[in-house]
Amino acid sequence: MKNNILHKADSRFVADHGWLKSAQTFSFHDHYDPQRIQFGALRVLNDDIVNGGKGFGRHPHDNMEIISIPLEGTLEHQDSMGNVAVINPGEIQAMSAGTGIYHTEFNKHPDEPVTFLQIWLYPNKLNVDPRYDQLDYSKGDKHNKFLQILSPDPNDEGVWIQQQSWFHIGELDKGFEIKYSLKQAGNGLYVFVIKGNVVVNGQDLERRDGYGLWPDAEVDIKATSNAEILLMEIPEKW
Amino acid sequence: MADINILVLADHAEILETMIRLINKNDQWQGTGVSTLEEARLAFKINTFDLVLLGVGVNDETESPILRLCDSVAPKTVCMRHYGGGSGLLYSEIKHALAQR
Repeated sequence: MKNNILHKADSRFVADHGWLKSAQTFSFHDHYDPQRIQFGALRVLNDDIVNGGKGFGRHPHDNMEIISIPLEGTLEHQDSMGNVAVINPGEIQAMSAGTGIYHTEFNKHPDEPVTFLQIWLYPNKLNVDPRYDQLDYSKGDKHNKFLQILSPDPNDEGVWIQQQSWFHIGELDKGFEIKYSLKQAGNGLYVFVIKGNVVVNGQDLERRDGYGLWPDAEVDIKATSNAEILLMEIPEKW
Repeated sequence: MADINILVLADHAEILETMIRLINKNDQWQGTGVSTLEEARLAFKINTFDLVLLGVGVNDETESPILRLCDSVAPKTVCMRHYGGGSGLLYSEIKHALAQR
């Protein structure tokens, strides 16, 4: 039986570059922790704060599924495929880097910081044509339910990526209880608490905690305060 | 002088250049970039490598021969796939690979 893994918010590695503060759940850049490499196909979960007017200059990616979810502020994306887009809270961006892509990400606002989640998954197919997708899910109903914002199927709800993975986001009232059912048997579930406190299969979680578990089929979730959580269903192998 | 020699095989010129530049920022690492299996064979004739990173463009067709090449001429060389194109994961992946030697 695979072990569940708890990543408390304050156990994350924090890289402070002045213009960027990045709380990193898994090993990233200079930070290497052999106990913190990945959760199945989930390889990067960075909780980034970028100062106003600053950002990531032109840099490459390949063979990685890269998802950005702004939580506060506005992020501007430009890439070598000609895409220029602004993403706001309530939107999700997915990029299949495939055979190679260059892009920039900047805080659109000159003064206000942008906070966003940067999530990378290994792809289940190498060297695909690069692809960019963006979705506004702000009008979707996520109050005391889970709204699907990502899947492996272009015809399903949300953006799609090259991996057997599903993301849901939910805003739960204090005391509300809900179950999450796996979309694919054998997958793991990584729960990331954006706001508030929840209990997941008996495990207490606070703001910005992460919890990876390998359930049989369902996961019990209870909000112990008003809470917003991101559920990432992740394959163990790909 | 570098302690660790790293060969990178990738067929995207800009990404390969970026990876080699990032590797060589570390004084203890020396990166060599090749874009074909033939260039990799040649590189192994003139150098020894601690680590081989298989980057973008390497598919099943090219991965098997390079793994066989590593096994035959340098069985202690760690040969692994690199994901991401040099951004973010390169250093921690190299450290992870070297820790497993």
